[in-house]
Amino acid sequence: MAAEVIKEKSMILQKEMIAKLFDDLSSAKDTGKKVVYTFVPGNLSELIHAFDMLPVYPEINALQSGMRKQSGSYIRDAEKFGFSEDVCTYVKCDIGMMLNGNIGPTGKKLPDPDLLLLSYTGCFTFMKWFENLEQLYPGVPVAMIHTPYQEGGKITPEMTEYMVKQLREDVIPKMEKVSGKKYDETKLKHILEDAAKTEDLIVKIFDTTKNSPSPIDAYFAGVYYIGPINIGFRGTPESVEYYTELYREILERVRLGLGPVTPEGEVTERYRLVVEGPPNWTSFREFWKLFYDHGAVIVASSYTKVGGLYDDGFRHDSTRPLESLSEYCMNCYTNLNLPQRISHLKKCVTDYRADGLLVNSIKSCNSFSAGQLLMMRAIEEDMEIPVGFIESDLVDPRYFSYSNIKNRLDSYFQMLEQRKIITKEIKQNIPAQTGI
Amino acid sequence: MKIEQIINKCKELSFDLDFSYAKNWKQEKPNRILVGFMPVYFPRELVHAANGLAIGILGSGDRKQIIKGDAFYQSYICHIPRGIIELALDGNLDGIDGFIFPSICDVIRNLSGMFKVLKKGAFIKYLDYPQNFSDKTGGTFYINELKHVLSEITKINGAEVTDEMLWNSICLYNKNRELIEEIYDIKQQYPWRLSMEDLYHVLRAGMVMPVEEHNRILEEVLDSINANIGEPMDKIRVVVTGAFCEQPPIGLIKTIEMAGCYIIDDDFLSGSRWIQGNITTDDSNDPLEAISRAYLTRSRFSASVYSIGDKKGKSLVSLARRRRADGIIFAAPSFCDPALFDAPMLQKECDGSDLRYISFQYSENTGQYKVIKEQVGAFSDSIKLWEEPVINN
Ligand code: SF4
Ligand code: SF4
Repeated sequence: MAAEVIKEKSMILQKEMIAKLFDDLSSAKDTGKKVVYTFVPGNLSELIHAFDMLPVYPEINALQSGMRKQSGSYIRDAEKFGFSEDVCTYVKCDIGMMLNGNIGPTGKKLPDPDLLLLSYTGCFTFMKWFENLEQLYPGVPVAMIHTPYQEGGKITPEMTEYMVKQLREDVIPKMEKVSGKKYDETKLKHILEDAAKTEDLIVKIFDTTKNSPSPIDAYFAGVYYIGPINIGFRGTPESVEYYTELYREILERVRLGLGPVTPEGEVTERYRLVVEGPPNWTSFREFWKLFYDHGAVIVASSYTKVGGLYDDGFRHDSTRPLESLSEYCMNCYTNLNLPQRISHLKKCVTDYRADGLLVNSIKSCNSFSAGQLLMMRAIEEDMEIPVGFIESDLVDPRYFSYSNIKNRLDSYFQMLEQRKIITKEIKQNIPAQTGI
Repeated sequence: MKIEQIINKCKELSFDLDFSYAKNWKQEKPNRILVGFMPVYFPRELVHAANGLAIGILGSGDRKQIIKGDAFYQSYICHIPRGIIELALDGNLDGIDGFIFPSICDVIRNLSGMFKVLKKGAFIKYLDYPQNFSDKTGGTFYINELKHVLSEITKINGAEVTDEMLWNSICLYNKNRELIEEIYDIKQQYPWRLSMEDLYHVLRAGMVMPVEEHNRILEEVLDSINANIGEPMDKIRVVVTGAFCEQPPIGLIKTIEMAGCYIIDDDFLSGSRWIQGNITTDDSNDPLEAISRAYLTRSRFSASVYSIGDKKGKSLVSLARRRRADGIIFAAPSFCDPALFDAPMLQKECDGSDLRYISFQYSENTGQYKVIKEQVGAFSDSIKLWEEPVINN
């Protein structure tokens, strides 16, 4: 492995974008910018921009707290406040952070919301989260948009119509009121054009893992790549610039035949994996190391699609602005039904020529986890690939057991290794095809 | 039939995990259909009008050893879906034509996908209840959902469902809810006349039998408790909340009552009491529209329904006041995000209203009640000893 990691231009760009967002947020009350609290999956960031408002994502705060090792005490504070040990720790971490002054990742206090925008996609707990937030911020207007689930494996015209009506009748009027601005569809259309460009780029970026070696890790680095698109930059020129640069850098790695960069340098690809489920944030580095130490590279992951699934061709469409915002919400990964999720994972295994599938089952997240064991079984039986299973949590350090995960991963990698040997032997023993 | 016999019959039926009563009913006449629904609420009127019987699938409680189900769920997921999967894999649900999964939480939502993968039933419908309560928006969406359910049923048995048939079914379920509410009203005044255990069995049996028959049972129960039976005991009066989906085991209900409480209201089988009041032509002349409006405007408060402005807390307090409760017991299934996220908000409202409460978690197969008994006993004693008695006027 190379000794030193040089910061790429895209990393610098991303850092600047995020720093600016948090600066804008910390000065929002002075500049008069209105602040909207909302969620990543099914986020209506283009609409928020169209009203010149600023988004805050409680999940992002929670994961940042996890990475900065503050989540443990926030969660305990929320539990003291009355929340059960059993429930989603993202919510508890966020509420704990608020109880402790709502200090954001840059060390500055986050502004209180002017609008709570509950676009709850793929998870019921979001709804409970906002019911609780509403009590913590009494009097703040709440706009809610119910995203129907893809129970039948598709988006029907009735579902879209239902969402568009909610946007027109509830969300947009509330945004107009809070921002003091009229809804400007032409402006929204321009933003959506940039959103589509960003989406084209992110699909191309994640598609580069089809190369061997894969130039990137689609999970551990992937979570950084999806940062801008998920936290409100999707429809901005900055994001087009960022993803263009990132894509350029990755193509350069492909040209040079380089593998993914890790905190300890470049990794030599040994196993190609698809991962289902979110990562653990509290021990993110240690977690990642358990993979790259074995040369395991993640070539596709479902988690990077919770904030939007673009591989199947969906793009925000400026000719159908509200319809496409609605379809975007309904198309996020956890809003797919289980058979759809299974086919998506299977397609990833095939398209990215993965050696196996690994499930990181998250204690907090019923939305992801309920049904995962059956999904694993179905994929294992159908594809005859090694399927591994580990358990952890997003931000509760009490549920990250390093030794447990290491043991399970070690056995899983052994299984993959044996399989490689067997496959190689079979290949060697089969006489070369002569062709017909 | 004597009341004891009726209750015994209900006891048997409510935990018949083979659903044999319903299956026999289906065999009696051609083109009958069975539709299983998961908690909480489902407008059973639709199935009734289409020559069918909607049966509640409420888990396997503590009546079935879970072997396969545990292999489908991680340890940190509630218990009810394990029981349901076990029933599905053991063939207990064979003969049920279709399954409805109401949109109450991610576990039930994903369970609908598991049924799809396991290919159970001729149809599997995740019924997305609108969380937008405007008639034109949420209502239109919901009516479409209801039509979808009807079309799935009629595809199987070819039933022609007219408005008249729907109204007839609506009236029968109106009657059902009215009778249940009357029983609760009497139980509130004379809780010693019918134990919660018996009432629970009577209501749960209603989830697996035709509504006409259940209405007759409810009338008999009502008759019996209208008489001056039993002796009051020195117990406090409590409302139990949080148990709307995964059901508490009977042993737990008994424990609460034996530890010094009369349960005078609860959300155990709230699906049967979901719509408050009758569904009538005042709602709309169109029966589906009427069902939808009743849902949008007169649903019970529940952790599975979006609500802001602290309406749920206020509803709970007002229920407790109306029932003249001395306290509230928050009993939620372990790992149940909806119930457990609601609890702090509801408790805050109780604090502000000087309503005493305790809380604990259970699972449908909890077998040990010692700790809960002590906790409830201490709660009851503390109220009896230290609180002003509730003025019964
Ligand atoms: S349950 Fe999962 S998706 Fe929902 S808020 Fe928690 S972590 Fe996010
Ligand atoms: S007990 Fe709670 S979490 Fe479990 S299925 Fe029921 S509502 Fe969902």
